[in-house]
Amino acid sequence: MGQETLIEAIRTTLGPAVEGVADSFGDTVLILRADAVRPALAALREPPFDYAVLLDLTCVDFAAAEGRFELVYHLYSMARNVRLRLKASVPSADPAVASLVGLWKNAEWLEREVFDMFGVRFDGHPYLRRLLTYEGFEGHPLRKSYPWRLEQPRIPLKDEA
Amino acid sequence: MSGFDHLTTRLETALGWGRKFSLFHYPFITACCGMEYMSTACAHFDIDRFGAGLTRFSPRQADLLLVVGTVTHKLAPVLRTVYDQMLEPKWVIAFGACTVSGGIYQNYAVVQGIDKIIPVDIYIPGCPPRPEMVLDGLLKLQDRIQHQKQDWRWARKP
Repeated sequence: MGQETLIEAIRTTLGPAVEGVADSFGDTVLILRADAVRPALAALREPPFDYAVLLDLTCVDFAAAEGRFELVYHLYSMARNVRLRLKASVPSADPAVASLVGLWKNAEWLEREVFDMFGVRFDGHPYLRRLLTYEGFEGHPLRKSYPWRLEQPRIPLKDEA
Repeated sequence: MSGFDHLTTRLETALGWGRKFSLFHYPFITACCGMEYMSTACAHFDIDRFGAGLTRFSPRQADLLLVVGTVTHKLAPVLRTVYDQMLEPKWVIAFGACTVSGGIYQNYAVVQGIDKIIPVDIYIPGCPPRPEMVLDGLLKLQDRIQHQKQDWRWARKP
C-alpha cells in the first residue's frame, strides 16, 4: 500500500475524525479530533492497517494555543514495517481524552506518565496515578505554567525543620 | 632485647588511628558517578591502600556513607533512612556535583545538595570527580577522624 492510497483508505475508514494530514520525514502524520481518538486507533489497529504496536504516547504543551495540550501517538505496523503518527489537541480547561488501555496494555504506564507530567486525564484508565513523581506532589511539572526551580520536598529539609 | 617493648599514646589518638584505617563504607550509588566509584574501589586506584576497602552492603555494618549520584525528592526518604540505620560513629562523603549542590539539575525533582537531608563531612565536587580527588577527599576525612574529639557516649553530658 503506497502512502497516498494508505491516506485515502484511512480517510475513508475514519471519515470526519481526520482533521488533517501531514508528512514528517517520510512518515505520515494524522491530525485527529480529540473525541475520536479511541475509535480511530481501534480501527487502525485492525487489518488492513495493522498498526499493532503502540510505540509511544506523549504530550506537548503549547501554552498559548487554543487546544493547549497536543497528545502524540506513535503507531507501528509490524506486518508492513511502517510508522504512523497521530496528534490530537485538548483544551487547557479540564484536559481529557479516552484511555487506550483496552487496546494496548503498555498504554497504562504511558498514560500515567502523561497524566503525571501534564495533568491530562485519561477516561477509562484502570488506575490513573502518578508514575514518576510521588503521591502528594502538587501540580504537573512539564506544564509550561509550572514554576521552574520550584521544589516540593517530600520530607522536611534540615534547615527548615 | 632489641626493638621497643612499649609505647605511649592517648586513648583518643589510638581510637582515631584505629577508626581512620578501618572505614567500612556503604556505597549509596544512584547515577553515573558510580563508574568513578568503581574505578576508585578497584585495583587501578585501590581505595584499599587507605584502609577503606571493605564495602558493606548493609548500612548497619558501615560507618562511612558514600552518597554517589543524583538524589531526587522521591529518593530522599530512603537516603535519610539509610543514614539513620548506620551506627555511631559515622561519616558521610558527598561524591560528585549532584550530591554537593544538585549539580546540573535545578528542577522539580532533584534535591539541591544532600546536606539538606543529612549532615555531610566531606564534599567532593566534579562531574564526575576523578578517582584522585576521591582519594584526596578520603585522606582529608581520615585526617579529620584522627583529630576528632571522640564522643564518649557513656560519659554523662553536663
